Amino acid sequence: MHSKRAPWLLKLSAWGGLVFLHFPLLIIAVYAFNTEDAAFSFPPKGFTLHWFAVAAGRHDILDAVWLSVQIACYATVIAMVLGTLAAAALYRRNFYGKNSITLLFMLPIALPGIITGLALLNAFHAAQIEPGMLTIVIGHATFCMVIVYNNVIARFRRITHSLIEASMDLGADGWQTFRYIILPNLSTALLAGGMLAFALSFDEIIVTTFTAGHERTLPIWLLNQLGRPREVPVTNVVALCLMVLTMIPILGAWYLTRNGSDVAGDGK
Amino acid sequence: MDISMTPYEKRARRGRALITFLHHRPGFYLALLLVPPLLWFGAIYLGSLFALLWQGLYTFDDFTMTVSSTLTTANLRALFDPVNADIIIRTVSMALLVSFFSAVLAFPIAYYMARYITGKKKAFFYVAIMLPMWASYIVKAYAWTLLLSKGGVLQWFLEHLGLEPLLTAMLSLPGIGGNTLSTSGIGRFWVFVYIWLPFMILPIQAALERLPPSLIQASEDLGAKPWQTLRYVIFPLAVPGIAAGSIFTFSLTLGDYIIPQLVGPPGYYIGNMVYSQQGSIGNMPMAAAFTLVPIVLIAVYLSMVKRLGAFDAL
Amino acid sequence: MPAVQFINVSRIFGETKAVDNVSIDIQDGEFFSMLGPSGSGKTTCLRLIAGFETLSSGSIRIHGKEATKLAPYERDVNTVFQDYALFPHMTVLENVAYGLMVKGVGKKERNIRAMEALERVALGFTAARKPAFLSGGQRQRVALARALVNQPSVLLLDEPLGALDLKLREQMQGELKKLQRELGITFIFVTHDQSEALSMSDRVAVFNNGRIEQVDSPRELYLNPRTAFVAQFVGTANVLNSDLSLRLTGLAGSRSIRPEHIRLTPQPQADSSIVQVSAILKDIHFQGAATRYELALDGGERLFVSEPNNLAASLQTHFQTGQPVVACWNRDAMVALLEG
Repeated sequence: MHSKRAPWLLKLSAWGGLVFLHFPLLIIAVYAFNTEDAAFSFPPKGFTLHWFAVAAGRHDILDAVWLSVQIACYATVIAMVLGTLAAAALYRRNFYGKNSITLLFMLPIALPGIITGLALLNAFHAAQIEPGMLTIVIGHATFCMVIVYNNVIARFRRITHSLIEASMDLGADGWQTFRYIILPNLSTALLAGGMLAFALSFDEIIVTTFTAGHERTLPIWLLNQLGRPREVPVTNVVALCLMVLTMIPILGAWYLTRNGSDVAGDGK
Repeated sequence: MDISMTPYEKRARRGRALITFLHHRPGFYLALLLVPPLLWFGAIYLGSLFALLWQGLYTFDDFTMTVSSTLTTANLRALFDPVNADIIIRTVSMALLVSFFSAVLAFPIAYYMARYITGKKKAFFYVAIMLPMWASYIVKAYAWTLLLSKGGVLQWFLEHLGLEPLLTAMLSLPGIGGNTLSTSGIGRFWVFVYIWLPFMILPIQAALERLPPSLIQASEDLGAKPWQTLRYVIFPLAVPGIAAGSIFTFSLTLGDYIIPQLVGPPGYYIGNMVYSQQGSIGNMPMAAAFTLVPIVLIAVYLSMVKRLGAFDAL
Repeated sequence: MPAVQFINVSRIFGETKAVDNVSIDIQDGEFFSMLGPSGSGKTTCLRLIAGFETLSSGSIRIHGKEATKLAPYERDVNTVFQDYALFPHMTVLENVAYGLMVKGVGKKERNIRAMEALERVALGFTAARKPAFLSGGQRQRVALARALVNQPSVLLLDEPLGALDLKLREQMQGELKKLQRELGITFIFVTHDQSEALSMSDRVAVFNNGRIEQVDSPRELYLNPRTAFVAQFVGTANVLNSDLSLRLTGLAGSRSIRPEHIRLTPQPQADSSIVQVSAILKDIHFQGAATRYELALDGGERLFVSEPNNLAASLQTHFQTGQPVVACWNRDAMVALLEG
């Protein structure tokens, strides 16, 4: 199946598609180092790190970064705990209502963010909770949970059940089996799910704009900047940094889970 | 077996009693696992979702700009007003267009990835598609505002290639044109396609990967030329992947409110409508009523797409 | 006291009876096999002993103690799994020492004992490797060592030799038999391969559709099968139903006759004490040590005959397909079977 040569047109489209996908991101990178003040222009006039220094000195940027980091941490922890519990419950047994629950867990990703955001905002108003960091964390944790759940349940399903039986057969009870057999085999998937959740939370804007109140996470800061053409250079720098920052956990998560054939229980 | 207990065992004995208790009661153990996430989901997510939909039935007084809990179907009926219907049609048609063209663009890429490369090259491609997919949405949208602006990259390219008249001609087309590239319908279209493209590529690629090579060999053995194999064997089997990808492109476009604001001609999308209604105006019932549209449309779309096998391809 | 007792055990899944009212006593120190086709309930019975399945009715006793309520980790029973179930993230030594670790044995002591167990299966040199780097046969022996290091009184083996090639399988069969005799513990062995069960066991239980059709020593099973199923599952047999038996031999009731107990001659013999049946030779299969003949009787029924290819073969008459022949056998070579 892979032995034939690809027709040149196909190869061109494929690589062309790849270029298309990365081109705008490269432009950001280029602009971040641009000397020109009104940095919409092309081609770039020169190379400088000046704007990085400016960005680093801006309090509003640093505050936004710190806020995003905090929120991402809280949301990730909640997501990892609840997502793993759900995955442990649903990966094997069949029970009444299982399909509905599986569908329920898909909803935060399947429905547009605007619905989740509005629903949460409405609920917070009704409960008279002031929108702020707590509400953002709640919103993020909800869909981050789904990411962790997907990663962990896929790994759970690959742990052949005979490993768990073997462990119990040798005298380990449920807790010991979890500790010595299940957890080591889950660890990379759990970590990957956590990293993806962190990146997702850090990046998130749609639900966040509804639940943020007066708080400004980094993406919200970036959104506000779009109405400030005179600050474009600094905005470019922040955009580049945000992009690079979130790529790291993504790459990490991919690296941890890339060995699909690394199946637990490859006993034969 | 040795009966005498080690100190470890003595300590563990109490804990073990509890664990064995759970071992013999799988139902109870299951409940214990499920209660925390379900509680969160049920109370926070589902609860607020239903509360929102219920809000759609509340009344909004235009004079006092307040919401009262008198139940009315006025908001739902207002969805059919020409202005609102316009918004809905505009959004849905863009969502469908974007889905279709994303599929067209994604297919060759996915096909190349699945059938012609292996090993390190394939991993490279996979990462190369995954990164833009997960890269920050707002950064990508922002990048496009830079690209499309007057004096921006695209403008520069078009000038130097002497294609400016082409651009002006295109911009004067009704429907897809506009004053400038960044306030044109086609500009908005391309931004949407760009942002959702990876979501379309990966499911199609996964579906094509699952295609057993023996099917293609059988087709060739029976005398089919490459394009026939593509048409009769490969494409039909890729349809679940395309359907799965379209779920993302369709629903994400339907609910988006940031890109319509940033790029493209004036004209509300469902997303912006919802945002503005609940924002400055404070008409939460109307906003809620509007959210019903994507929910219903997505539910309908999902049921259609399910029959094409999309759920197995996710 | 029997090592394991099944007392009217049933395991029902919805509509299907995976195990249907099974009662057996497995004696201490015996090599006991559970033989049967897939889905016959033998594996389910094994898992019931180990504690991975719960029974629907009846009771299971291990060394006289009621085991039904005990979790797997509370039973003095260890299992060698069909897919070996070696923990991929641990080294071979850690795998073997696992049972000792979870019982709280100190690191130094458990490593010594694990190493001893590994040496006993001649795999001491693999101690630091991960299971992925072992061959199938090696993994199988590690699984064995892992189970035995815990000194269980009963060892359960769930088709452990299925994935091995023929030569290795035969070698392992001999080793397992020897090991069991040395250790003196009870081995309960599940397999669908009847020659395997026959060569290793003290007694074999033949399973069919969730029930046990016969429990006997291998010799008794082969020479005196009680039902048509056992006759045909253990070795090959010609099963003559009641009418056919009456027609050919004058005796009523179903009977079985082994192919190797039948002789072929071109002409009828002048001997009234043996059964003689005229037939047409339909097919000849050369099988190395023997030749198998397929005969068609007057009524269209098939009869199989197996003759050894020994030195006298060159003196044997050469048969040809289509040739009329006479099949002869002794009356007492036939075994009467239970009806139904």
